[in-house]
Amino acid sequence: MAIGATLPGIEAGAHGSFWQRIARLGGGREGRPYVLFIVPALAVIAAVIIFPWFFTVFMSLHEWKITQGRTFVGLENYALLFGDERFQWALLRTLYYTALAVLAPLILGTLAALVFHRRFTLRGFLRGVFILPMMATPVAVALVWTMMFHPQLGVLNYLLSLVGIPPQLWVFDPGTVIPSLVLVETWQWTPLVMLIVLGGLAALPTEPYEAAQLDGASAWQTFWRITYPMVLPFLMVAAIIRTIDAVKAFDIIYVISQGGPGTSSETLNIFLYLQAFAFYNIGYASAVVVVFFALIIALSLVLLYVRQRSKWSP
Amino acid sequence: MKHRNHGLSGISRRSLLKAGAGVAGIAALRSAPALAQSGFDWKRFKGEHLEVSLTLGPRGELLQKYRKEFEELTGMTVGDEQVPEQQHRQKVAIEFSSGNTSFDVVTMSYHVQKQLYGRGKWLVDVRDMIKDPKLTNPEFDFADYAKGAIDYATQKDGRLDTLPLNLDYFVIYWNKELFAAKGVEYPKSFPEIIDAASKLNDPKAGIAGWIMRGLKNANLPPYLTFLLGYGVDSIDPDLTIHMDGPEAVAAAKIYQKLNKEYAPLGVTGFNWNECQSNFLLGKAAMWLDGIGFALPLEDPNKSKVVGKVGYGVIPPGPKAHRSPLFGDGIGISQSSKKKEAGWLYCQWATSKMMAQRHIEGAYGAPGRSSAYTAALASGNLKAPKAWLECMVETVKIARAGLPDIVAVTEFRDTYGVALTNMITGADPETELKKATEAFRPVLLKTEKS
Repeated sequence: MAIGATLPGIEAGAHGSFWQRIARLGGGREGRPYVLFIVPALAVIAAVIIFPWFFTVFMSLHEWKITQGRTFVGLENYALLFGDERFQWALLRTLYYTALAVLAPLILGTLAALVFHRRFTLRGFLRGVFILPMMATPVAVALVWTMMFHPQLGVLNYLLSLVGIPPQLWVFDPGTVIPSLVLVETWQWTPLVMLIVLGGLAALPTEPYEAAQLDGASAWQTFWRITYPMVLPFLMVAAIIRTIDAVKAFDIIYVISQGGPGTSSETLNIFLYLQAFAFYNIGYASAVVVVFFALIIALSLVLLYVRQRSKWSP
Repeated sequence: MKHRNHGLSGISRRSLLKAGAGVAGIAALRSAPALAQSGFDWKRFKGEHLEVSLTLGPRGELLQKYRKEFEELTGMTVGDEQVPEQQHRQKVAIEFSSGNTSFDVVTMSYHVQKQLYGRGKWLVDVRDMIKDPKLTNPEFDFADYAKGAIDYATQKDGRLDTLPLNLDYFVIYWNKELFAAKGVEYPKSFPEIIDAASKLNDPKAGIAGWIMRGLKNANLPPYLTFLLGYGVDSIDPDLTIHMDGPEAVAAAKIYQKLNKEYAPLGVTGFNWNECQSNFLLGKAAMWLDGIGFALPLEDPNKSKVVGKVGYGVIPPGPKAHRSPLFGDGIGISQSSKKKEAGWLYCQWATSKMMAQRHIEGAYGAPGRSSAYTAALASGNLKAPKAWLECMVETVKIARAGLPDIVAVTEFRDTYGVALTNMITGADPETELKKATEAFRPVLLKTEKS
């Protein structure tokens, strides 16, 4: 029965009531009346996702600066963008930062998961302690690390001095700023990878391990031939989450280095922020957003493809 | 080119000291004058509510501290919020461009936002309000604002859309104890600054001979201190850029040498707060920055250099004796429905009474001339007298530090990156030429559009 017919006070006219006409869009009496129920969700999606996207693309086709008028420039912003050396460096830095900020937590998180998968005294308590960094607000974390990185007053150089290592410049040197920022990301997000991998380890069947034990497999062989392939789909989930997170990292970089020294930690997000909110180049910044979105989609598709390939059936 | 001096004309050290000696003992001057005595109807907007958006810092703190007093005086209520400088600038610009602001009154910096606000005509021109006796307290005394401060606040089209709230001059804080230990005198020229820094620099003891901002964008004001000493501005009103000329390169070489050889490790990431931390821990012999840091430096709970700080006027450069000037004003949003009530707030915020408190509490340097003599006479000065004396001397050599253009942020960013690169070893001339090449089209586009 069509939805319109069940609604009180609605009678069918020559062309049917509004609700009946809408219901027909979903297939009429013999169609799919439930389609109506997704209309509110579609409206919300259109308002908060689709409209902003189209508007961003629209803005990117204009030269648009606060206090100045809007001029249609077609694809000029994109042409400028790809010729902008600062944008190119920001893109490369984003990829470099992302690679480090995904790999380091993946490796350390997997190791931590293997450790916490074993039974030992205080395991539950230590697991709780391990995931604490993940719960902290990134801005608060960044402020604490900013103090720790201070070359003269920071605790990191003090700790190094205790073992005879000379003071380091950390985020105050163009060469070490990105690895130092990744250190903060790694500290905060390794626990997330650990939790995902730990969930995967707990779900693994025990039979392959029993068989491996009977066959006399070493610990490394057991890990490499059994654990790793079976836990790989979980690792890929962690990799996808971390990649999306690392590509759009902003808070930690902005608070600690503001993209500096100079532009040596200026990733796409910082570049975009400066264009939009410091220079008020709304059109140009929108073009960066569009390119950035394409980059995230491309990376996600690659990772989803790899994840599909790594799936296993118990 | 015609130079416009933005100093507080009419204030001299002698006049200050004379005034101080004359009235030092007068108990009546120990407290700031009350505003309600004039018979002006402060309560004409009783029951209204005002929203005030303030930049986080000493001036915001001062206005919030005495907010109740304004509420009692006017019968209005005030919702005031302090937002950190960078975020405040962005938030306010976005609100203004939307055409409807959440605030009635707002603070803004002359050195960064003035042109942008002026072009957008985002703030109310207060000249007519000043002339209206129904709206303006007879004790307002517009002539008391220093001419330089009003010039600084006035837009290119002659509109006065803010009242000067604070002026910030660059000075050199110097550690008298470290100077005495090495037998070094306070420098009297740019070469003497380098010489003193080299003598005082002692990395083994953890002492830097010199410290100033190296962080991109924040590093322009200290660099411009040296550039002004070479007798040129960064950009002339006719849009001639001097940032890659011989004077700019010479100033950049001084900036580079001081930062590279005598500053602490990691100075490329230092803003004023990192510099302050080092100086108040006694780890830097000289610190070049704005005048508003006397309070933390003389606070025994925060500082290890209490009583040891010298407040030095910038030494003369090879061609001119200048100190860069920066400033903040307060104005009324054009989209506010309570413009006249907002005007009462602006009058109160920049009144003689508040300006006196401004200096007494060492919150900075207000735009009113009378405040200096009144603060000295009141005996309530929280900072050392040397600080005020340094301020009064610096006023005479003050000159707008940053160019009067719309694209100030791009200017600071582009040349800021060049300066940071110099600290890490890049050639000053090459960096300045590269930055100028990148900035020139931005300047022409924004100024001629």
